[in-house]
Amino acid sequence: MYNFEFEQPGTIAEAAAALGSEDALALGGGQTLIPAMKQRLNAPGTLVSLSGIAEMKGVCLRDDGALSVGGGTIHATVAAQAGAHYPALAALASHIGDPAVRNRGTIGGSLANNDPAACYPSAVLGSGATVVTNTREIAADEFFQGMFTTALGEGEIIVEVRFPIPEKAHYEKFVQPASRFALTGVFVAKYADGVRVAVTGASEEGVFRWSEAEAALSGEFSAAAIEGLSVPADGMIGDLHGTPAYRASLVSTLTKRAVAAAH
Amino acid sequence: MPQVSMTVNGKATSGDVEGRTLLSSYLRDHLGLTGTHVGCDTSQCGACVVHVDGEAVKACTIFALEAEGAEVATIEGQANADGSLNVIQQAFQDHHGLQCGFCTPGMVMSAAALLKDNPKPSEAEVRAYLEGNICRCTGYHNIVKAILAASGQDVGAIAAE
Repeated sequence: MYNFEFEQPGTIAEAAAALGSEDALALGGGQTLIPAMKQRLNAPGTLVSLSGIAEMKGVCLRDDGALSVGGGTIHATVAAQAGAHYPALAALASHIGDPAVRNRGTIGGSLANNDPAACYPSAVLGSGATVVTNTREIAADEFFQGMFTTALGEGEIIVEVRFPIPEKAHYEKFVQPASRFALTGVFVAKYADGVRVAVTGASEEGVFRWSEAEAALSGEFSAAAIEGLSVPADGMIGDLHGTPAYRASLVSTLTKRAVAAAH
Repeated sequence: MPQVSMTVNGKATSGDVEGRTLLSSYLRDHLGLTGTHVGCDTSQCGACVVHVDGEAVKACTIFALEAEGAEVATIEGQANADGSLNVIQQAFQDHHGLQCGFCTPGMVMSAAALLKDNPKPSEAEVRAYLEGNICRCTGYHNIVKAILAASGQDVGAIAAE
């Protein structure tokens, strides 16, 4: 990989300043960015590591009842600490990658990258969470803007993610065993004002909400309520692991499983 | 060139590194600790697993500068003080948990991280924890058996598959 200047600021303000320099890029846990840099798919002039910023780490319950996860929180911490408040989110975090990856990879890094097969985007979209950056708050519905594309501006840092806690939720992941990403994954969350269904790993547009299933499940929260519903294969990802039709079929199957398993 | 300092297997180390120097490269090329193997260099195989401040990480997917000030443990620091194999290493030998041995340093370091948090794991928990450690020789069975034995559990009942 090409060489770069390495900065490790201790505060969000210092990180924002460091990211102002030309060709600067933020480094979360590096579990995607470092492999990409090895392949020279990414070659920042300055790499600003966010892992030394204590104020961006940790899981806590806010006064308004939402679960706050610091943008620099590693998956292992979410898996270990979110369970008491939001079990489906903790379960999702506990199956990302493998144990060593979960000890480095962060929620902020995953969201900023917005890999079309990553797990976290489905939880954030499926929970209607708020992505808090160093400059503003972004609703999940505005944040994800297509494969590897987000609403984040140049040098903007995800400092926190706020998850409204649902009555019931579940993430059903069909693992692509070589990459340990989701071949397809569905996050279902039932709130007092309706059900949200977010799908990752399936669409060429990245994570998306399956509104037809949401409407049916908001009427009756059972797998039977979405019997016969399906998403069109058009626009689904097709690769050597699965055809568009296969992924479309996974979406309805996994949604039913997620509803049945939600608690 | 930036300088990095960290404790490796209880000894203070420091060296001049580039920003792009990986922890695996610092350990192997700067310190000569070649027990940490680089199998894939794409964070898939787990042969390079070391502990940074007590947590298992893939040394090929963390920069040396990110480990500034950390306590790092590698396979070279795993043996007992008298040089004899520790309980996990001995179990790998007793239960034939390796063939070519390339993946073994990562396997042993992952096993140590697992047993620290979960001293009596089930067979399923061991297999789940080794998801990021690939072995092309053994078929994993004897590795799992060795780790269960190292945790003090009876492995006589586990039949070969």
